[in-house]
Amino acid sequence: MELTSFTFKKNVKKKLSDARLQNNMRRFGGRFVEARAKVMQEVDNLEDIRVAAAAIRDRSLANLDTYLTLFEEQAIQRGTVVHYAETAHDVNRIVLEIAQANQVKKIVKSKSMVSEESGLNDAVIAAGIEAIETDLGEYILQLAKEPPSHIIAPAIHKSVEEVAELFSEHHHTPKSTDIPALCREAREQLRPHFLSADMGISGGNFLIAETGSVAIVTNEGNGRMVTTMPRIHVAITGIEKVLGTLNDFSTILRLLTRSATGQSITNYVSVMTGVRDASNADGPEQSHVILVDSGRSRLLAGRLKQALRCIRCGACMNHCPVYQNIGGHAYGWVYPGPIGAVLTPSYVGLKEALDLPQASTLCGACQVVCPVKIPLPELMRVLREESFSQGLRPWHERLSVTLWRFTANHPKLYGFMTRHVVKLLKALGGSKGLIHWLPGLDGWTEGRDMPAPSGKTFRDQYKAQQDERKR
Amino acid sequence: MSARDNIFARIRRGLGLPTIPLAEERERALSVINDKPRGPRPSQVWQDPISRFIERCQQLSTTTEVVSDISAIPQAVSNYLNQYNLPRQMVIWPDFSQYNWQEVGITVRVGSAKGDDLVGVTGAFCAIAETATLMLPSGVNTPSTVSLLPETHIALLDKKRIVNYMEDAWALYMAEKGTLPRAVNFVSGPSRTADIEQTIIIGAHGPYRVHIILY
Repeated sequence: MELTSFTFKKNVKKKLSDARLQNNMRRFGGRFVEARAKVMQEVDNLEDIRVAAAAIRDRSLANLDTYLTLFEEQAIQRGTVVHYAETAHDVNRIVLEIAQANQVKKIVKSKSMVSEESGLNDAVIAAGIEAIETDLGEYILQLAKEPPSHIIAPAIHKSVEEVAELFSEHHHTPKSTDIPALCREAREQLRPHFLSADMGISGGNFLIAETGSVAIVTNEGNGRMVTTMPRIHVAITGIEKVLGTLNDFSTILRLLTRSATGQSITNYVSVMTGVRDASNADGPEQSHVILVDSGRSRLLAGRLKQALRCIRCGACMNHCPVYQNIGGHAYGWVYPGPIGAVLTPSYVGLKEALDLPQASTLCGACQVVCPVKIPLPELMRVLREESFSQGLRPWHERLSVTLWRFTANHPKLYGFMTRHVVKLLKALGGSKGLIHWLPGLDGWTEGRDMPAPSGKTFRDQYKAQQDERKR
Repeated sequence: MSARDNIFARIRRGLGLPTIPLAEERERALSVINDKPRGPRPSQVWQDPISRFIERCQQLSTTTEVVSDISAIPQAVSNYLNQYNLPRQMVIWPDFSQYNWQEVGITVRVGSAKGDDLVGVTGAFCAIAETATLMLPSGVNTPSTVSLLPETHIALLDKKRIVNYMEDAWALYMAEKGTLPRAVNFVSGPSRTADIEQTIIIGAHGPYRVHIILY
């Protein structure tokens, strides 16, 4: 996917002034939050499950190469071919090699965020192979030629009117804004593709070391189609997605679907192991798994390791006040919201996504709802520290922090400065005590007034109070 | 160096492990995997798995009917088809080919479903009470397509085979079959999507209706 994270501030300005997007975000954004809150009430030991889920993910990460080895042994035994991709570019190369070796002409895809990292569709289509997204949201976006704006609700930024226009234009049908009719239309358009495609590409929510299986979690049934109907199935997923056992998977699943869509379970959960053999009536003859590194192994050593626990539920973005206002596209890459603010700089380089870790009030909502207890505000703080220590912040920000540090280390100077600044601010506040504009901080005061201070610093007031008592 | 070697070397460096894996790492990992520890499950607030299963089915828009025994199944299926004005041709799992479908005026084809089959009948290996989920393994006698391609999926479920949690379903499967089939599909209600304006619509690429007959 094309990276635009480095123009984050510009992206945000554009999205905030996009009336249609603002309207769509306000109308639909809150539904995930309500659904999650409701479904969590039926779990009486949520905290126990979260602690266990975090421990399961940590156990996977601590034994990552061993678990991958065990997964690979089991998978190979069942006839699955395991590929390794060091970079996003390698993902595209491997898919094309498999496709060309098997004379593949048509690919049907179910949702895979990892494939967005490498822009797989463009690469496949450039090689003359038809590639069709089959998740309804992804299908809409493929018609609109847009990237997803949310990891589980990719077209959340689109209204039914926009979908109706797209369908009418591409399917040459009369325009209808009836949502069930649009869903039926997509089903009828896509059904022949499922039946005629040579290759199905899916993501992999998890890999199971115990059995060499790939697990996918879906609602529409397109994931099952893609992994059942074509003669070749290729699953693409990150190396960090391996779990030890089927029981580990069952524990994590309880949190994944509830955190994501507010469902106690999704309609379909499929655990696939190996290829169709004599004991099967259907299913693919070839099964491939592509395990993608692309920056993940680098995170194991550092202070951002906990980000690799992520099970891609999207709860952090659903609950983020920043995401709720700017939508997913502003983040400029595959993963939006708080987890994106950590993963994007980690995978594409901090310099390319400098403002993402700043795109947070550190209110902590993301950490509170994260099913695997990723301390997201802390990780964003780590990246902020790194961007400063690597000298990547703009000169005026570095200068002001340097000046602040110098002053804070010299108490007398600090007292002198603040005494004058609070007087000035009081004067700026006027008779109502509200400041409408601050030099250099006009972005902040654009939407709100700052209450003016009383005119005396805390230290002066405290000293006066102490003197009073002594008297 | 292959891509695999490079990735594994980076992982081990990142984890601060020696370049060559130690035998005990594998043994430690295997001992956890062989133990299959169960994580915490929500408390079992239900008396018996059958009533829990039926109650949860309603939340998923799955319809249910309890019949007295196997012999009542064809009539129950026939009534359901009538109720929803559905065609009286079905594709069914081989296990049910001996049922007396002809007597109730239903024609059946045994085996995998095709793209234009409208009604599919499956059994289930077992079902899960916690979430009202059917466990459908793939196999020669249990083709996956029958629960996927038709617009209506009718599942025949032995009510003695409803377990409480997914962990119990895995244990039961491993105890009876030993290894996983090509695919285990857990099905919980008709397919759905909320990709347009977060509005939940029943019926996406899979069935529009799931009806479970418990015997």
